[in-house]
Amino acid sequence: MSKAGLIAARLLQILPTFLLIGVVVFVLARLLPGDPVSAALGDRATDEAVNRLREQMGLDRSILEQFLLFLRSAVQGDFGQSIAFRTPVTTVIAERLPVTLALTGLATLIALALAVPLAFVAAVNANRWPDFLIRGVFQVGLSSPVFYVGLILLTVFAAWFRWFPVGGYGEGFADILWHLLLPSTTLALSFSAVIMRNLRAAILEVLNAEFVDFARAKGLSRRVVMIRHVLRNALISTVTLVGLHAGSLLGGAVITESVFAVPGVGRLMVDSIFARDYPMIQALTLILAVVVSLAFLITDLIQMALDPRVAR
Amino acid sequence: MMAAPSSALLDVRDLHVRFATARGEVRAVDGVNLSVAPGETLGLVGESGSGKSVTLRAILRLLRANAAITGEVRWQGENLLALPEKRLRDIRGKDIAVIFQEPMSALNPVISIGRQIDESLVAHTALDAAGRRRRAIELLDLVGIASPEQRLAGFPHEFSGGMRQRAMIAIALAAEPKLLLADEPTTALDVTIQDQILKLLLRLNRELGMGLILVTHDLGVVAETCDRVSVMYAGRVVESGPVDRVFTAPRHAYTDALLRSMPHGGAARAPLRPIPGQPPRLDRAIAGCPFAPRCALVEDRCTVEAPPFAVVAPDQRAACWASDRLAAREGVA
Ligand SMILES: Nc1ncnc2c1ncn2[C@@H]1O[C@H](COP(=O)(O)OP(=O)(O)OP(=O)(O)O)[C@@H](O)[C@H]1O
Ligand SMILES: [Mg+2]
Repeated sequence: MSKAGLIAARLLQILPTFLLIGVVVFVLARLLPGDPVSAALGDRATDEAVNRLREQMGLDRSILEQFLLFLRSAVQGDFGQSIAFRTPVTTVIAERLPVTLALTGLATLIALALAVPLAFVAAVNANRWPDFLIRGVFQVGLSSPVFYVGLILLTVFAAWFRWFPVGGYGEGFADILWHLLLPSTTLALSFSAVIMRNLRAAILEVLNAEFVDFARAKGLSRRVVMIRHVLRNALISTVTLVGLHAGSLLGGAVITESVFAVPGVGRLMVDSIFARDYPMIQALTLILAVVVSLAFLITDLIQMALDPRVAR
Repeated sequence: MMAAPSSALLDVRDLHVRFATARGEVRAVDGVNLSVAPGETLGLVGESGSGKSVTLRAILRLLRANAAITGEVRWQGENLLALPEKRLRDIRGKDIAVIFQEPMSALNPVISIGRQIDESLVAHTALDAAGRRRRAIELLDLVGIASPEQRLAGFPHEFSGGMRQRAMIAIALAAEPKLLLADEPTTALDVTIQDQILKLLLRLNRELGMGLILVTHDLGVVAETCDRVSVMYAGRVVESGPVDRVFTAPRHAYTDALLRSMPHGGAARAPLRPIPGQPPRLDRAIAGCPFAPRCALVEDRCTVEAPPFAVVAPDQRAACWASDRLAAREGVA
């Protein structure tokens, strides 16, 4: 099969996934305790107002009808009005999603920038002191809760040294970067520990492969052998790992955004749950699921580019 | 065909390789002497585990960190074992190339065959990109891979075992080495392909004057293709000399037993029938001759004193206390 055909097939495979996610989201929203109408109107609303809103939100119809309506509008990109914001849900999300994508994207880059060279150094010096040191430090990173690391970074670099803002989001590339650096680093730490461990093991495995000896036998420089033959092969499994962590990264974003007051979809999700903002919760869950699925797709594509055996 | 030490292309003297393992030290190679003259074909034979592959890898220092290599590997007036890694890299692949025993795992699965040939050309030639491409096609064609131009973009998993073996040979030949170390280049292949590959190696040996060390289990192959043969046992070369001498008039009891274990009628390509008994463990020092426990001609001193690797006939050496008796028996028979 050609590469384009493979990509198309992969895209088609995603559609039933989306439908399933739709069902889950719809059901979950109904299972949340509390009533969205009273959440929106407060306890003192008149019965008439309550009924009018129930009708508006379609809550008076049968569950199946509600689901079909939900699906139809979801496909049209219409997730209704936010109960909390009283504006279309999509408007709010469109504003917040890029923030979270920037946060998680930057976190991924930081995690890779930390993990890849250090995994390499650790693997090449396996079971000698640089290896023990690197693994020890990362072990601490892995076992510290995100919010705790976040609070420490905030206290030290934002409150004491005042190098970074304590929270919020900026405007323009440099300003955004400055605002996101601490939260991204927070998010990146445990992620990079996971990547480091995986990549170190992968490098050690590849180092044992015959083709590495053969590459040396060809008279290639140590750099070429290590980067082109060892690291490149080892990174294939790391790409999969990074892709599979897209979901937990978004989960981490929920906490990080709350700690650093970053106006992304993670914090929006928390606020919406407290506000029982059904339409918002549904839309967010669906969109985040789509984002994760796309991350998987991109992972697959990168893997196809890195490993010719995958394309069979 | 006298190979005086000075005229040798490669001269391996008293090579030792010890592996540090969890179970202790393994003396995989324990005093190996080898020499190859320019354009000569040397067969290296011996039972499984006798140290053939380790010897080849030690020549180019391709062993892992757990291996301690001592001795001398003389190559054009230099000792490869004492050379800085950087200088050695200029020799690897350029002057001395190797073909590994395992064609399935010796190629990088995620790099195209063309690129893997190109790497060698980049490292050892001054050709530009177009020139290297032409040369890569030429090399694949030389080793008998059909439609080489299309095959350049192919990956190892798209190649059959025989084609991978050929691809590995093409890579090894990229810089026209003066010496090729071929570690059982045909074992993994079926008989017809075995034949083609051997013919190819011999043709290159003749046409390019390339020296060849051919490791094999197959004495028939050695008899057909090699000028000289070295017989290994338990990490040592126990006998070496011209093939026709060693195979008709062995002066080491192990070589003798090895030849007797072959089916009669000189059936080429027949696998070895093992000699009764086991080769010795390599994780402890061996007093005397390592073959003594299995030897039909064993005498008292064999288990105490190691026989010297002595000249037993013109250009033939053997490390055996029974070499005189072997010679005498021959006279009678
Ligand atoms: N990396 C290593 N660590 C420890 N021992 C090793 C290592 N490599 C090889 N050996 C040991 O060295 C000895 C010689 O191995 P070698 O591979 O050279 O044998 P061989 O003659 O090539 O055998 P075969 O005909 O099966 O290929 C064996 O006992 C083997 O177990
Ligand atoms: Mg071997």
